[in-house]
Amino acid sequence: MDKKPRQPSSLHPVWTGHLITQGQSRGVRVCHRRTPDVRIYSLNMPVDVDAVVLSNTPLSKDYNVLVLAASSVASRAEPGQFVMVKPDLVDGPLLRRPFSVFEIIRDKTQQIKGLSLLNKRVGATTRILFALKPGDRVRCLGPLGRPFSVIEPPEQAWMVAGGVGLAPFAMLASVLRKRGVETTLFYGGRSSTDLFHLDEFRQLGVRLKLATDDGSRGDLGNVTVPLTRVLDEVDRPAPVRLYACGPTPMMRAVTELAATHGLTTEVSLEEVMGCGLGGCYSCVVPVQHKGVPVHFVRSCLDGPTFDGSTVAWEQLDEHRPIG
Amino acid sequence: MSIDLSVNIGSLHLSNPLIAASGCFGYGEEYADLVDLSTLGGVAVKGLFLDEREGHPPSRIVETPSGMLNAIGLQGIGVRRFVNEKLPLLQERGAVVIVNICGSTIDEYAEVARILNDAEGVSALELNISCPNIKRGGMMFGCSLQGTHDVVAAVRRVTRYPLFPKLTPNVADIGSFASAARDAGADAVSLVNTFLAMAIDVETRRPKLSNVVGGLSGPAIRPIAIRMVHECRQAVPLPIIGMGGIMTARDALEFIIAGATAVQVGTANFVDPFIWNKLLTGLTDYLRRHKLSKVSDLVGTLHTAEENTTWTSS
Repeated sequence: MDKKPRQPSSLHPVWTGHLITQGQSRGVRVCHRRTPDVRIYSLNMPVDVDAVVLSNTPLSKDYNVLVLAASSVASRAEPGQFVMVKPDLVDGPLLRRPFSVFEIIRDKTQQIKGLSLLNKRVGATTRILFALKPGDRVRCLGPLGRPFSVIEPPEQAWMVAGGVGLAPFAMLASVLRKRGVETTLFYGGRSSTDLFHLDEFRQLGVRLKLATDDGSRGDLGNVTVPLTRVLDEVDRPAPVRLYACGPTPMMRAVTELAATHGLTTEVSLEEVMGCGLGGCYSCVVPVQHKGVPVHFVRSCLDGPTFDGSTVAWEQLDEHRPIG
Repeated sequence: MSIDLSVNIGSLHLSNPLIAASGCFGYGEEYADLVDLSTLGGVAVKGLFLDEREGHPPSRIVETPSGMLNAIGLQGIGVRRFVNEKLPLLQERGAVVIVNICGSTIDEYAEVARILNDAEGVSALELNISCPNIKRGGMMFGCSLQGTHDVVAAVRRVTRYPLFPKLTPNVADIGSFASAARDAGADAVSLVNTFLAMAIDVETRRPKLSNVVGGLSGPAIRPIAIRMVHECRQAVPLPIIGMGGIMTARDALEFIIAGATAVQVGTANFVDPFIWNKLLTGLTDYLRRHKLSKVSDLVGTLHTAEENTTWTSS
């Protein structure tokens, strides 16, 4: 079957979802309206790669960074997009699992050679991914989903991460810093040993505001503690865009906190997905738009990034089994 | 040797026996840029009621050993929007479109079928009398012989398309349901829909699906589905579209040998959206190796023990 994209057709009424057409300003958020001219994949067609594990670096007893030789996926990926991953095992889990693209990995000549995933050992697939060795293989389908808006200076970026919710921000920070966007990472974890990749963010010129549940690093409490302080303190001459990824209550709190200061938050929701391509309708999120009742949209196509103010948080069930 | 993969299900001609299963392929447009829809035997689109439906809240899906449970609840855009917004693309791409239709009442099934009579680009109707995840309609009809007969007969009266009731496996004697469907005017039956099932998170003691129960699909159900295709084949002379956990060409061949003229692939498409070419290649290779020129010659060619041993028993 032909995997190559066909020419867009003007007859095709589909979601605009995550799509930004080539040449369009990346700072502009494409809205959810159905428009007849936009295709599901207008920029980057997903590809499926049987990727070799180049390295697997443990970060703690539960976290690791897995580097996959999936250059064709990596070279198409935008910050905030995800891949559907499945260890290439006969007796492994049946379905793929979604992962944010953590970093784009380049060689010494700056050629893209793959991508990395930030993995937390919680279920069957993540346990396997934690234990993989270089040379093992992983099916990697992507890039998928609607990316974060990539802003331009003088707008500033405040990224708010909780736990494994750090995953989409390494790539976002890298892209934003290249554009000269002033970027701050608010990052919360259980303890100082659960905060990762800090040197890499510093090297990119990202300001860090840390918080831990036990107070062993940064503020005591969750990540909204430093965020609240900075929101209250700062006299902001430049506009600020917030990005949040982490536990659902955290993303909701960040969205609501930012809104009280008139700021917009883009959240990256982690939903259980069956296919990542819009086929199964498993990963739905309740959203609300002006004049339209709350309704479900597919996180894989309309997300995983959403304007936080459009998410119907109270209806977003927190009961999420992880297989 | 040229290999002919085409099959006929009643008056419907398919270029090959592989159909994307309803509920596992969206409305087809989601995959239209990834696979050439015209190279599939057919596309069975997501089940459609008269009106839009929101479906169940998450969690809607959970993986189980060699399978998955789903309780989507038939979220959908309704038949009219499908005709206006989705069908033109499918037609443009040359897809053979099988519309899966649902209803809470017999009248609703008939009304959906009537609306589709006026549409262009529909090749057949699959009658969903087997969804385990909705309160009214679906399996409610498919679990009673009378209900099966009544829905099929009502839609038969109004539709101009070939009609394939999709049977539920949640019955004791599926052959009698195929028989009821045939008596009411079905052109074929498709089977099986998912098995009613349940999974519990023991830490929280909560069901893993918001709907508590859901439908089991995937390789876990394949041997039961094969047995049911075999039973239907023996019960009635009616074409069968077989499905249940097909992951490879060999799995598809099992269904065909058991008696299925065509097969549907669902869960496997979630795992590998590019599976279709691999399945077609596998079918072709098998036919070549067995010196068969037509896949249709393979349908229902199961050698049973009785046949093989008749010379010893006499």
